[in-house]
Amino acid sequence: MAESIQYKRGKVPHKREHRMIFRNIDRVGWDPSLATYESDGGYAMARKALAMDPAQVTEEVKASGLRGRGGAGFPTGVKWTFIPPANTKPVYLICNCDESEPGTFKDRYIVHQDPHQLLEGMIISSYAVGAHIAYIYIREEFPEGAVILEQAIAEAKEKGYLGKGIFDSSFDLEIYVHRGAGAYICGEETGLIESLEGKRPYPRIKPPYFPAALGLYMCPTIVNNVESLCHVKHILEMGGEQYAKLGTPRNTGTRILCVSGDVRKPGYFEVEVGTVTLGELIHDLCGGLHDGRTLKAVIPGGSSAKVLRADERFNIRQGDEQVEIGIEDIPMDFDTLMACGSMAGSGGVIVMDDSRSMSWVINNINHFYAHESCGQCTPCREGSLWMQKITDRIVAGTASPDDVDTLKSVADNIEGKTICAFGEAASWPVQSFIDKFRDELVADTDPKNAGKFVAPEGMLAAVGLK
Amino acid sequence: MDLPEELLAKIDEVITHYPESKRSATLPLLHLLQRQFGFITTESVEWIAQKLELEPINVLELVTFYPGFRQSAPGKYHIRVCRTLSCAMAGSEELMESLCREAGIDRSGVTHHDPIAVGKDGKFSIEFAECLASCGTGPVCLVNDDFHEAVAPQDASKLLNKYK
Ligand SMILES: Cc1cc2nc3c(=O)[nH]c(=O)nc-3n(C[C@H](O)[C@H](O)[C@H](O)COP(=O)(O)O)c2cc1C
Ligand code: SF4
Ligand code: FES
Repeated sequence: MAESIQYKRGKVPHKREHRMIFRNIDRVGWDPSLATYESDGGYAMARKALAMDPAQVTEEVKASGLRGRGGAGFPTGVKWTFIPPANTKPVYLICNCDESEPGTFKDRYIVHQDPHQLLEGMIISSYAVGAHIAYIYIREEFPEGAVILEQAIAEAKEKGYLGKGIFDSSFDLEIYVHRGAGAYICGEETGLIESLEGKRPYPRIKPPYFPAALGLYMCPTIVNNVESLCHVKHILEMGGEQYAKLGTPRNTGTRILCVSGDVRKPGYFEVEVGTVTLGELIHDLCGGLHDGRTLKAVIPGGSSAKVLRADERFNIRQGDEQVEIGIEDIPMDFDTLMACGSMAGSGGVIVMDDSRSMSWVINNINHFYAHESCGQCTPCREGSLWMQKITDRIVAGTASPDDVDTLKSVADNIEGKTICAFGEAASWPVQSFIDKFRDELVADTDPKNAGKFVAPEGMLAAVGLK
Repeated sequence: MDLPEELLAKIDEVITHYPESKRSATLPLLHLLQRQFGFITTESVEWIAQKLELEPINVLELVTFYPGFRQSAPGKYHIRVCRTLSCAMAGSEELMESLCREAGIDRSGVTHHDPIAVGKDGKFSIEFAECLASCGTGPVCLVNDDFHEAVAPQDASKLLNKYK
């Protein structure tokens, strides 16, 4: 079967890719209809799951070692077992399709081109956790995606794959699409839940509000990313143990890396986790940097991940050995990126070459977090705006040299002092840019240097300084 | 408030998606009414509150929180240009400038609380949006529900011409 798949011109997967979740993305003759999905073996795994014991399905997912693809990399099967065993309340499954972490663009393609794969993953997962209502929380900026999903749900319902007694079993399941309204914080699972309850999406504090125990309407709720839920289908197909052989130990399976920024061929690449290094990703899969450019920095896991500088060296364990590696040697897996002081996060890799001003970059990032803070905690609400104002000044050439220290102290006073992980997401970029590019930032506070930015005109206009 | 039968039926259907709590239907209802009227009116807020047995403030606080809801009329075509890093690196600020120039929109009065600028003839309105999850094909923008990728700043008029 696999040999016969053809991809659209210019969209042919790279030979280092292992297409599983993205098997049907850009595929010739493929469309989002149920008929097409079924002609390719679709929904066989949902049927298989329904013939199993729910606990057995969870066991397979545990055995697969699947780690969440939404950002935190938490083992999916383990999360499912956190539903209190004595629970008598309804259980909900929520698919997190908020896809709002800057640099990340993978769930978009699944939803627009292969919605039934997601529905099948959700059916299997709902059955495993005992949910009879599941919601897909989709960001409002995917209007077409929401329509496609609604059509897919209607088709599945008509066939008896959703609704009462699905696939002629005794299991009932409804899936509903719920559209967000343009707020990044709705990607954070407890903010998402509040939003789904019709409230402002103010995240809840953990503990006690771990969704698996106290989630939607204070009922046990499993929140998983779109990509994670799709993996569940393939785990069932391969068996957990076999799936775990993909990728590397503790970092199993495939994952979609999204590359943007200063590379010749930005795009999405589904690879076995940890089998491609950052250097290979940039130079091989993405066709390298632009002519005459050198690598300056990489944000490896969405804008919240700490930046890596091109000439950094890292001491990490590889097998039983302690080795020193450079940034291009980093295998793109959860554990190594963490050992290198950053994170694999959401899989969004942003590459920057030597033409980029780091002050300009961190200022752009600061604007994002200042805009998106939900405002619930003072350090985050005030701090994210202060950080933005300070880098506005640096970019405008009106900062003083100790502004960089002030910036650092603001960031340090957000991290660890907030209700949700947005606080870290906002402060890690600032802390790491200062840590790694302090000289450049300090130099930029000198008004004499104010003219040397890459695109100061547009940037200044965008922030209202011109 | 006069709403078409079809919309009323749709509203009643949407409420059934939330058997546990009607309040959950606030966001979907806001979307439906914004689509109907172009923005959220005070009347719409009160209507939703009554429909879902809430206080109007429960509805209004969502309108003022979420960037996706507007309280004044946008243009016939509302443009959202991605402002975030990868698109900015690809020229989204320049795209914003050329779109404004071509559409005759003045963004000088734009603030955090009032992010939308409308052209004089009311045909186009524009605002920056945060990462639209297509960072590999920047600069990107939405025009109403249509998504456009790799829109070079010099192609601004070509894009606008599609909406004559
Ligand atoms: C500020 C913030 C934003 C987030 N945005 C997203 C998002 O857009 N999509 C997503 O799947 N997870 C996002 N997450 C992670 C979710 O909270 C949650 O961990 C995830 O959806 C769980 O799914 P997984 O275990 O399958 O990864 C975000 C987390 C934080 C703190
Ligand atoms: S850390 Fe920021 S985003 Fe998270 S709850 Fe506090 S104010 Fe809101
Ligand atoms: S930065 Fe523009 S789509 Fe992500």
